[in-house]
Amino acid sequence: MDPVIKVTDLRKNYGGLRAVNGVDFEIGRGECFGLLGPNGAGKTTTVKMLTCALPLSGGDITVEGMSVNKDPRGIKYILGVCPQEVNLDPDFSVLKNLLVYSRYFDIPYSEARKRAVELIDRFHLHDKLERPIEDLSGGLKKRLLLARALINRPRVLILDEPTTGLDPQSRRQIWDEVRGMKSNGLTTLLTTHYIEEAELLCDRLVIVDAGKIVEQGTPQELILKHLDGKGNLEDVFLKLTGRNLRDE
Amino acid sequence: MNKICVLQEVSYRAWHMWRRNIDVSLVTWKTNVLPPLLEPVLYILAFGIGLGAYVQKISFDGRAYDYLTFLAPGMIAVGVMFHATFDTMYGAFVRLRYQKTFDAIINTPLSAEDILAGEILSGGTKGLFAGAAILLIVTLFGLASYPSSLIILPLSALAGLMFASFGLYFAAQAPYIDNLNLPIFLFINPMFLFSGTFFPLDGMPGWVRLTAELLPLTHLVNITRAATFGRLHAGLFRDLVYILVLAVIVACLSINKMKARLIK
Ligand SMILES: Nc1ncnc2c1ncn2[C@@H]1O[C@H](COP(=O)(O)OP(=O)(O)O)[C@@H](O)[C@H]1O
Ligand SMILES: [Mg+2]
Repeated sequence: MDPVIKVTDLRKNYGGLRAVNGVDFEIGRGECFGLLGPNGAGKTTTVKMLTCALPLSGGDITVEGMSVNKDPRGIKYILGVCPQEVNLDPDFSVLKNLLVYSRYFDIPYSEARKRAVELIDRFHLHDKLERPIEDLSGGLKKRLLLARALINRPRVLILDEPTTGLDPQSRRQIWDEVRGMKSNGLTTLLTTHYIEEAELLCDRLVIVDAGKIVEQGTPQELILKHLDGKGNLEDVFLKLTGRNLRDE
Repeated sequence: MNKICVLQEVSYRAWHMWRRNIDVSLVTWKTNVLPPLLEPVLYILAFGIGLGAYVQKISFDGRAYDYLTFLAPGMIAVGVMFHATFDTMYGAFVRLRYQKTFDAIINTPLSAEDILAGEILSGGTKGLFAGAAILLIVTLFGLASYPSSLIILPLSALAGLMFASFGLYFAAQAPYIDNLNLPIFLFINPMFLFSGTFFPLDGMPGWVRLTAELLPLTHLVNITRAATFGRLHAGLFRDLVYILVLAVIVACLSINKMKARLIK
């Protein structure tokens, strides 16, 4: 079967900085694929090129056979994007955020309203329906971002550090949601620097550092290969990316 | 990749962005509706009744008008300029830099061109609304002739699009929000004062008239004044063409410049 996402020799330069420096990977239908790496590894840059928000310096990305260079709009219709940075619309309430966002996908109002109510139920946002965004806690904002990413019933979900900065309860809630979506067969790309998150959610992952893939496989394969099956993914991660501090 | 005019790349989805901005204006409608209605009343009091008591008659185009009648169309034009320019200049800047609104919308089927054209459309709508509101007040004070004044409505929309494009351009070139003071000081305020708004340009030295000819507001004032005076004539066609051409050029420039900032 053809991969849903195919990334070939992807490159992005910011001036002299090679933020993404020749990355290749493929994601199959229904797979949850992880992009694991320290801060500044190039995860967000990769995601932004995939979501057609950033031009490529080199290489290609296709989503269901469509190239980001040729058919960005076709791709954007089938993607659900949960960005790292919270960019909910502060001018609107929780409900209105979902309704306004659905318009961008040409979803008719009655359908949008139905979907919004479903999502609000599912993400336990009903108490906050009419509240402005600034009243929401960090965890609620992330949940609303995830709900918003699903309003167009995407075939591919992109989650850029969905749980960074959240308390354990909120994080677990997001994990449950992601696992639920995975069991529904949604193809997912997840970036994270939390090893246990990758271990828990991802079928397959790549470890990226300084714009390059340094290792790939299933979490078990990586532990087996690098630590003879003893230890955990965190040890593999530190072994491969070094112990130097990353200040972006 | 770069077409000559980016407006060719704009799709109907620009209206989704327009709707978003209009929805925001409707939520905060009081702060949007009252200024264009009350500002002209202040002008009429200050300049018409206050200053008008000293300035007896203004001679324009071979006729004498009292000062308030002369000033009324200037107020309409100035209102269109301020409301349309400021809407995109501050609004788009805040949405780009602080609210990250564009970053969210660029992940949907809207392209950068759609988003920015939508910004210009909603700024133009603010211009139209300001023009209509001030025209209403001016009409209530008996300062506008009809039916010729009705042309002010489509004209405000067109000029609104032009000034909204200027506003978007200023927003695109400003690294920080304080930098927006510069175009206000160098462009908006001189236009406000020297476009035939407060005094006729006829009696001015040649270089003043020449400078005024270059300012877009002058052309809007020319048509608006002829409309409220009930004296539209074919010669105003060149003012209209000037506004139309400039609107297209600045819209293209501003979308290009802002797109470069949105998509790095
Ligand atoms: N717009 C930009 N201009 C210049 N450098 C950037 C820009 N965005 C990201 N970078 C740099 O590119 C590298 C990768 O960043 P990013 O993709 O955000 O990493 P990650 O998401 O893995 O933390 C970092 O060194 C970052 O500082
Ligand atoms: Mg990141």
